[in-house]
Amino acid sequence: MKLRLETLGSEEPAEVSGYEEHPPRMGFFTDTSVCIGCKACEVACKEWNHVPSRPLEYTGMSFDNTIGLGADTWRHVAFIETRTASDAPRWLMSSDVCKHCTDAACLDVCPTGALFRTEFGTVVVQSDICNGCGYCVPACPYGVLGKREEDGRIWKCTMCYDRLLVGEEPACAKTCPTDSIQFGPLEELRERADARLGQLHEAGVPEARLYGRDPDNGVGGDGAFFLLLEEPEAYGLPPDPVVTTRDLAAMWRTAGVAALALAGMVATSFGGRRR
Amino acid sequence: MSRSPLPWPVLRQLAGPDRLARGAAAKSRHSAQLSARTHAADKVIRSVCPYCGVGCGQTVFVADNKVVQIEGDADSAVSRGRLCPKDSASLQLTTGDSRCHEVLYRRPYGTEWEPLDLESAMEMIAERVISTRAATFEWEDEGKRTRRTLGIASLGGATLDNEENYLIKKLFTALGVIQVENQARICHSSTVAALGTSFGRGGATTCMQDLQNADCLFIQGSNFAEAHPVGFQWVMEARARGAKVVHVDPRFSRTSALADLYVPIRSGSDVAFLGGMINYVLEHDTWFHDYVLHYTNAATIVGPDFKDTDELNGFFSGFDEETRKYDLDSWRYEGMEVRSPSGSDPHADDDDGGSSVQSSGRGEQHGSGGPAIGGGQPIRDETLEHPRCVFQLLKRHYARYTPETVEEICGTPKETFLELCKLVSECSGRERTTAFIYAMGWTQHTTGVQYIRSACVLQLLLGNIGRPGGGIQALRGHASIQGSSDIPTLYNLLPGYLAMPHAHEHQDFESYLAADRTDKGFWANMRAYMVSLMKAWWGPAATAENDFCFDYLLRLTGDHSTYPTVLAQIDGKCKGYFILGENPAVSSANSKLQRLGMAALDWLVVRDLALIESASWWKDGPEIETGELSSEQIATEVFFLPAAAHTEKDGSFTNTNRLLQWHHAAVDPEGDARSDLWFFFHLGRRIREKLAASEDERDRPLLDLTWDYPTEGPLDEPSADAVLAEINGWNDHGEPLSGYLDLAEDGSTACGCWIYSGVYAGGVNQAARRKPWREQNWLGPEWGWAWPMDRRILYNRASADPEGKPWSERKALLWWDAEAGSWTGHDVADFVKDRPPGYVPPEGATGPDALAGDDPFIMQADGKGWLYAPAGVIDGPMPTHYEPQESPVSNLLYEQSANPVRQLFERPENLYNPSSGEPGSEVFPYVLTTYRLTEHFTAGAMTRTLPYLAELQPEFFCEVSPELAEERGLVHNGWATIVSSRTAIEARVCVTERMTPLRIQGRVVHQIGAPFHWGQNGLTTGDSTNDLIPIALDPNVHIQETKAITVDIRPGRRPRGPELLSYVEEYRRRAGIVASEVGS
Repeated sequence: MKLRLETLGSEEPAEVSGYEEHPPRMGFFTDTSVCIGCKACEVACKEWNHVPSRPLEYTGMSFDNTIGLGADTWRHVAFIETRTASDAPRWLMSSDVCKHCTDAACLDVCPTGALFRTEFGTVVVQSDICNGCGYCVPACPYGVLGKREEDGRIWKCTMCYDRLLVGEEPACAKTCPTDSIQFGPLEELRERADARLGQLHEAGVPEARLYGRDPDNGVGGDGAFFLLLEEPEAYGLPPDPVVTTRDLAAMWRTAGVAALALAGMVATSFGGRRR
Repeated sequence: MSRSPLPWPVLRQLAGPDRLARGAAAKSRHSAQLSARTHAADKVIRSVCPYCGVGCGQTVFVADNKVVQIEGDADSAVSRGRLCPKDSASLQLTTGDSRCHEVLYRRPYGTEWEPLDLESAMEMIAERVISTRAATFEWEDEGKRTRRTLGIASLGGATLDNEENYLIKKLFTALGVIQVENQARICHSSTVAALGTSFGRGGATTCMQDLQNADCLFIQGSNFAEAHPVGFQWVMEARARGAKVVHVDPRFSRTSALADLYVPIRSGSDVAFLGGMINYVLEHDTWFHDYVLHYTNAATIVGPDFKDTDELNGFFSGFDEETRKYDLDSWRYEGMEVRSPSGSDPHADDDDGGSSVQSSGRGEQHGSGGPAIGGGQPIRDETLEHPRCVFQLLKRHYARYTPETVEEICGTPKETFLELCKLVSECSGRERTTAFIYAMGWTQHTTGVQYIRSACVLQLLLGNIGRPGGGIQALRGHASIQGSSDIPTLYNLLPGYLAMPHAHEHQDFESYLAADRTDKGFWANMRAYMVSLMKAWWGPAATAENDFCFDYLLRLTGDHSTYPTVLAQIDGKCKGYFILGENPAVSSANSKLQRLGMAALDWLVVRDLALIESASWWKDGPEIETGELSSEQIATEVFFLPAAAHTEKDGSFTNTNRLLQWHHAAVDPEGDARSDLWFFFHLGRRIREKLAASEDERDRPLLDLTWDYPTEGPLDEPSADAVLAEINGWNDHGEPLSGYLDLAEDGSTACGCWIYSGVYAGGVNQAARRKPWREQNWLGPEWGWAWPMDRRILYNRASADPEGKPWSERKALLWWDAEAGSWTGHDVADFVKDRPPGYVPPEGATGPDALAGDDPFIMQADGKGWLYAPAGVIDGPMPTHYEPQESPVSNLLYEQSANPVRQLFERPENLYNPSSGEPGSEVFPYVLTTYRLTEHFTAGAMTRTLPYLAELQPEFFCEVSPELAEERGLVHNGWATIVSSRTAIEARVCVTERMTPLRIQGRVVHQIGAPFHWGQNGLTTGDSTNDLIPIALDPNVHIQETKAITVDIRPGRRPRGPELLSYVEEYRRRAGIVASEVGS
């Protein structure tokens, strides 16, 4: 009984996930315009969550040697070397993380109930349930989840669920030296982000934009959203992500209609012949 | 939020509201029981990060006597709970697998480590110290009493606590060990000389939090965002308020990425750049007239004998061809009498060792007391028109630093340069302030002191010192490197920047005082500071009759800093060596020499958290690979003693802004790991016990030493609190002093470090104060304790106009309250509290009484900020541009290319590349500059050993421009070999447009960036950049030129084994360098 239904677009996913009383939906707002690429978020995340280190690999991808989000990298800082309109060097840095989507495909496809929606509206893999089937991995439109070969299970950002339970902010947000990573009630973060965007536009940074903030986007709004200074593709983010299970219900409906139509046609044709 | 009591998810799904089973119904048993481990902690300890000098607050969580989590302390006024990646990894640092917990022993000629118990190790080390000291003790040198040994040396202290440095310095001085040095020498010694000479104190003038008030942040010679990420939050704070951020640097770094304006510059040319700015400010009349006239020495008239570099083709007056040193007499203010025949401070030019006095790092002694200027009153011309007044000298001196000249020397386009000059001018004055921020990009040059002096001159002209959002922010890179300067594990200093006496100048106490103390200001009271120090060290044995044991102090005879010490090791004169939390085999210039020095020792003691390169070089160092050394032939006996982490000991760190912060022990160290407080206290105790019956005069300083600290706990850990109390000082009733104003000349007070007096005022550890930042003003006055006297912004009298009113409402900090008859404001007044602004001292007044109401620089001999330094800096009273020791560019200004008085060591192991204009210079055509990455720390011992940091920067790499890559055939992600006449190293190649080729004097100059973190040990390994660097030093303070050398670069990996030697030899041959012809 794991079909997506009318939770699509719900602003309070906890509400439709069986939490009669719940705190406000919590989220991340990552303002990449103040990111200094220090990677404190990556380390603080690993220290808190005991995430294993990865094999050492010099990638040559600017200062990015952890490549992308995965089982052992729940916060990932991307480094993009480009040039400004006036042809000066420009170095964009951005800390990526699980988006904790309103419409989370990973959650939709998980057959075991390992992935679940918490009372904070976040999406968490429960390591005591996960059997490593991996359905969630391709389901994620952002490529966030990954399988850890050592234990065969799927891991990703929990938004420090354990810390949230005791009223602490996630490790990455707490450590971030420049407050590039902000944590709080999603509604509040959206207001803050709108104000920041306005400020930047006024300051002559027209290229600033919010990514994942819109509740009407393909995933019903992201629980973790971003302020970017370039097209999302520049940061390795999909420009228009859509929950991969979006059409599941419609497809079933279509299939049903088709089946009915077929049955009707058969009935009609046989019925017609009888006449 | 509560979980359904129904045990089966499917039942919960059917019975509960979560019909889709994607939320509450799916919550597992594990999830339902989750809680943060911080909440289960038994105790929570307040601590301070052990990495860089920002001093971020930490909260250490302990459960079952184990540290389970370390996070940022949200109350910290400095860091507000934020941490960088290193700091975030400090749980792994303190509890991870990289820690060693057992003593290791390597016997002479041994090929493997052997276990050794701690007790035996301590006993053996004590015996080694006693016997080496006895064998090398020297009562006299060239007929002068020295009372010392040059047979033992020590290196390290910037990563240690103040209390540890205090015991190290105290014990070694009593033993007569003179060659005591630490990272401060190679990182920021030039800062102390420059800021001290200019303003009277050698510390950063401001504090981290106050950067938020700046209208412009001028970052040059610093990779702020990468090397001090958490401090950088205050830059971002200022920027959010509309401030402009400028970054001038050879590399476009993560700091540049966040700047409003990035300006490329050729490494090694900053004095020309800043000189151009000074010229702009003078030419365009954007200097702050009232400030300059009243608060600087602009009006002071210089003696008629002074000649500038323009007249003498690159030399100031007083240059002696033979000694290659300046006689500073002609630089003096007019009409000042020379008081002592041997000259005060570096003036000493008597034939009686004067040159060795000048060589002994005297500039660094102005860390808290400006240079003496002789007797009398300086003559001033308040119209600033006298042709020999400082202002006019300055105008003439800088006239040739035009924007065109700057472009030709620095490679910075004229338009960009002018834009920047305009910005800084606009962001200075009554209503606005600009902060200058620098680090090793300025300090590590053969003209390092003059780099920083340039900024001092500029900031004084713009009126930015002592004001909110202004100042000069020196970013120091170790947790307590400021502390290890203040309580100096430095050869030339005693605590509080009192001079270590010199054999040729300071045989008796009176001549010692006469040479250094000023007539005016608080440095005039130096007798009280020194007497109190000797009372702290020798207690009842120090009496007025014996000059408080002044004779117990060893004497200098020249440069005994870390580099000559290493050469003395190679030459067999220095036989025993302690390395304490420093890794010279990776971090010092020409690190091969460090390893060769260690290979020539009798014994070596290394204390660190992990097995560093400086401990294991005899087994796996680069010289083993090349065959230059073989383990079986190395006689050095090596002791590795594991050290305690910051979480395992009490103590204080002094951050880069003079702020002392106490860290509390969370747990005891495991195994044989011990604090350095423990090590030195018990080493001293053992040595004293062994020599207790000695009648030898040599041992009196040791046996009379006060060394009775209480110990506690199962490890007999000495009380750091008791040591801090001694540092603070007490009176003859044993009551703690409230500050250095309490110190007496008659021996009735004892004080281990006069500038730290007040840190234990009222018997309370003021460094442990932790009032949350939200509950106080932006300076965080009740967070920790800052020297001097808890002042956060130095020279803050200058934030008010001569009448005592703030220059503007916007920049108010301190003001005169006429009704109350005192200075008041947001900070503790850095002034005589009840001295009215209009006060004119009576004729003949001395000491603090001689300070006028408008003399904001209370440690200066004339109360003024020094645009021109009539004393204190031995390579020029005004900064002028010289090329680095190795440069692909000739000096555009003078025939004299490099600093004429720089310190060189011409030895076969320390060859210099030919510089521009010399034959063979084309063999090394590129500039190499070194730098830090956020993810690693100095020589890597605390980061390359940690999995979480190693993975972030897993390999040594160099940065080159696409143009250089094209020129040399370098491939991105491939390998490059970088060559100097010292050696060749290999690195992965990062081709990036962030490196900009510069057009200089009609040709293209390429620069190569290389981080210096790597070595052979740890998780990520690689060649050490410092192997490439020669030892060429600033003459004031012996700091090495790490930031600008010349090299060649070629694609591919370097040759292995002995082939590496012939590869480098071939380069030398092509460059015409013949090792055998160089004197050793």
